[in-house]
Amino acid sequence: MKFGIVVFPGSNCDHDAYHATKHVLGQDAEFLWHKDTDLKGADVLMLPGGFSYGDYLRTGAIARFSPIMREVQSFAAKGGPVLGICNGFQILLEAGLIPGAMLRNRGVKFVCQQVHLRVEQTDTPFTCAARKGQVLKMPIAHGEGNYFAEPAVIAKLEANRQVIFRYVTAAGEVTDEANPNGSLAGIAGLCNEARNVVGLMPHPERACESALGSADGLVILESAVQSIKSGVLVARA
Amino acid sequence: MIDPKVLERHGLKPDEYDRIVAFMGRDPNLTELGIFSVMWSEHCSYKSSRVHLKTLPTGGPQVLQGPGENAGAVDIGEGLAAVFKIESHNHPSFIEPYQGAATGVGGIIRDIFTMGARPIALLNSLRFGSLEEPATRRILEGVVAGIAGYGNSIGIPTVGGEIAFEPSYAGNPLVNVFCLGIAKATDIIKGVAEGAGNAVYYVGAKTGRDGIHGATMASAEFDDKSAEKRPAVQVGDPFMEKLLLEACLEVMKTDTLIGIQDMGAAGLTCSTTEMGSRGGAGVEIDVALVPQRETGMTPYEIMLSESQERMLLVVKPGREAEVERIFEKWDLHASRIGKVTTDGLLRVKENGMVVAEIPNRALTDEAPVYERPMSKPEYLAEVQKLDLDALGARDARLRDDNAALLALLGSPAIGSKRWVYRQYDHMVRTNTVNMPGMGAGVVRIKDTDRALAMSVDGNGRYCYLDPRRGAMLAVAEAARNVACAGAKPLAATNCLNFGNPERPGIMWQFGQAVDGIGEACRALDTPITGGNVSLYNETDGQSIYPTPVIGVVGLLEHADRVVSRCFRSAGDAIVLLGEGRGELGGSEYLKVAHGLVQGGPPSLDLKAERALQDLLVELASARLMRSAHDCSDGGLAVTLAECTFDTGGIGADVAIDDVKVAGSADTNRAAALFGESASRVVVSVVPDAAAGVLKRAKAAGVPARVIGQTGGHDLRIAVGGHVAVAVAVSDAERVWSSAVEHYFAKQVA
Repeated sequence: MKFGIVVFPGSNCDHDAYHATKHVLGQDAEFLWHKDTDLKGADVLMLPGGFSYGDYLRTGAIARFSPIMREVQSFAAKGGPVLGICNGFQILLEAGLIPGAMLRNRGVKFVCQQVHLRVEQTDTPFTCAARKGQVLKMPIAHGEGNYFAEPAVIAKLEANRQVIFRYVTAAGEVTDEANPNGSLAGIAGLCNEARNVVGLMPHPERACESALGSADGLVILESAVQSIKSGVLVARA
Repeated sequence: MIDPKVLERHGLKPDEYDRIVAFMGRDPNLTELGIFSVMWSEHCSYKSSRVHLKTLPTGGPQVLQGPGENAGAVDIGEGLAAVFKIESHNHPSFIEPYQGAATGVGGIIRDIFTMGARPIALLNSLRFGSLEEPATRRILEGVVAGIAGYGNSIGIPTVGGEIAFEPSYAGNPLVNVFCLGIAKATDIIKGVAEGAGNAVYYVGAKTGRDGIHGATMASAEFDDKSAEKRPAVQVGDPFMEKLLLEACLEVMKTDTLIGIQDMGAAGLTCSTTEMGSRGGAGVEIDVALVPQRETGMTPYEIMLSESQERMLLVVKPGREAEVERIFEKWDLHASRIGKVTTDGLLRVKENGMVVAEIPNRALTDEAPVYERPMSKPEYLAEVQKLDLDALGARDARLRDDNAALLALLGSPAIGSKRWVYRQYDHMVRTNTVNMPGMGAGVVRIKDTDRALAMSVDGNGRYCYLDPRRGAMLAVAEAARNVACAGAKPLAATNCLNFGNPERPGIMWQFGQAVDGIGEACRALDTPITGGNVSLYNETDGQSIYPTPVIGVVGLLEHADRVVSRCFRSAGDAIVLLGEGRGELGGSEYLKVAHGLVQGGPPSLDLKAERALQDLLVELASARLMRSAHDCSDGGLAVTLAECTFDTGGIGADVAIDDVKVAGSADTNRAAALFGESASRVVVSVVPDAAAGVLKRAKAAGVPARVIGQTGGHDLRIAVGGHVAVAVAVSDAERVWSSAVEHYFAKQVA
């Protein structure tokens, strides 16, 4: 199967996503240039981290107008699995594929460190290989990861079980200290209503080899492989 | 029109002006004078430092590129080169901390990718005044945010660095940034202009009025009017640089370039003359063709602007369209602004009219070189005196050795810098195998088994007390840190931060430090492949401590054999390599416990240091070391404590010998615990391996012995049979972790 990795100007985790899917996971992977409109037969789309367009207006705000985003939208509408990591998550929010917005971290500063996430739901193409309640260690690296939405939106997200990852302690508890950026309800990752589009602030692609501090992120990418192979969610580009 | 006032504004001396007239055979016009002023500034011409720098060792079989290009390069095997350099951005960072630091990062990154290398790691070495001062905290916050803002956005990890705090940097912070990149050894590109008629292209950000005379500013002291120089600080755009980086690396793969150079200090002036000079050619440009951000800019302003994120390229004939196409892909426009000539002149036109014409050689090779007078400063005799029997009582709060250890661990110089490095993305590119705070920064090289370790070190206090030995110790420490990670030190880069070279005392410090660096680099086989000199680091006549900062790069043949500072498990044997001599001169202990900056820095036997480093590389390669951490600030006790941190609370039980350096037992114990004798490393090994390690040490001629074992949850150190230190690791770690953080306590998470 094939991962398509979208490259926006200013993407800087595109090579990391490529390395993780191609060399660690052993799957096909191809870069998709933001000006292109061809998804090159990708089974799964990844919007990588970085600072698309310098994040100069708002994080992700300009990238959503890139030509390839129309294709991403229609791929998602057909049920194709889309994963947005960090800046990719911010682009998904700006594109309206997932509700809500990101604010500046509550400590104002950029934060790069390992955190723990709890897998809240396993019925998505990016968590189906994980256990419900499984705690994953992986890094964050962002200045604007403080998730915000109106109370009614949060309530709906909870009711629909769209909260996929929450920041927790190593023991799996949601606490204020374990929340690195002030996100409401400890939200680290969400999916859309159809559950095929998932965004998260932490970086699974940076946590695929124990030499780098953790290999817990692999389960997210392996889930994508498993879901494509099992044919539950199929949308060919 | 060119009167003494104009000359003074340009930082040129009357005799230098006479020299200009002699070269030109006429009076220069104002544009030409401006060009001379930046090219002959200390920053660009190295006129005070050049005679000294020439004495440094720069060669060796591992060196692919020595000083003189945009960066140095060493062979790291498998056909690859590591390209690296360190550079200062001290003056701009004082005036405008965020942008000053940010553009410092941008500048050094350009130097690396200009050579055809993909930048993969950043380090920085920072100096500030006391954190007690609100002004220091403001500058520190700005500098760190600026480094983070640029490095994080462009996606190059900051994998390590060092920070020190001394009052002498209060009005003159130091911001030294190191960058390392990887290239195929055969793909290294130089900053050269050749081939008459070949097109000269400009690409990147448009030229504005920012940064005019930045190089001249960096060549003068500060006074209370320095804030007025704010317009001379440039503004960084990391997004533009990211596009330039990707586009330039893509162009370089096509073999369409003759040469390429970034526009750093002295912008268009420096890049055109240096490229022409290296190729023995001339360069002719028309400033009307230069993309401009503002209207009505004069040739003078365009030539002297230091707007960031700009590159100059010389393209092979017939390949122009290919180059233009690649830049268009990245939404960058490459503008043809001139051509290479054979006359050896820098010729500047405006709409076809010549507005400046100067022989390249006059601007580069023939720039003034000074042998400035040097004399040993008088303060030295006073500060080098240290009578340990006359120390008096230590700070009342430090009633025992436990309290002294905690005070050292809680001092910002020694305490954890996590508050700083968590603001830097240190993991992007997924290569970082030794994170910040773990010792040397280590990045693996994908598609090979290899990894590179790198460390930047310097000790201004040591250099203030003895510039020569202080500089030698800086080289030794940087190389030792690299060796502790298991990497063989290959080469070095230096950033020489000093005061006003026109003072004989400062120049003496400079000469001594360069001598020391040369001697140490020769002994450790780490030639200097490039670097930077920053002089005039003075405010209102107060100079900084002389601060040579050394960056060393080393090679690990097997990335999975990397070693870090942390103990790994209970029950391991703790081995001390090297010998303590209880040297307290210039130590952090004297500063913290007695408020003294006094005495000579520790002695250094370069042969013993080399043997130690070779042994470390051998032990790592044989997988015999589970951890390794060198003794530096705070001595053996601090080193042992640091080995227990970030381990989940693995303690240690250690016994060391007494030393006899004074009449008082308290002072002798302090000397054993906190003395900063060089060439010592604490290593942990599995118990069965201890005998083998001692045997190898003996064969290498390195003193070594088992001083204790890991385990428990406390750090216990007995000196001469009596327990001197007994603290819970968790308590010590809390103090150490918050040493810097607590100054910024209001900001959580």
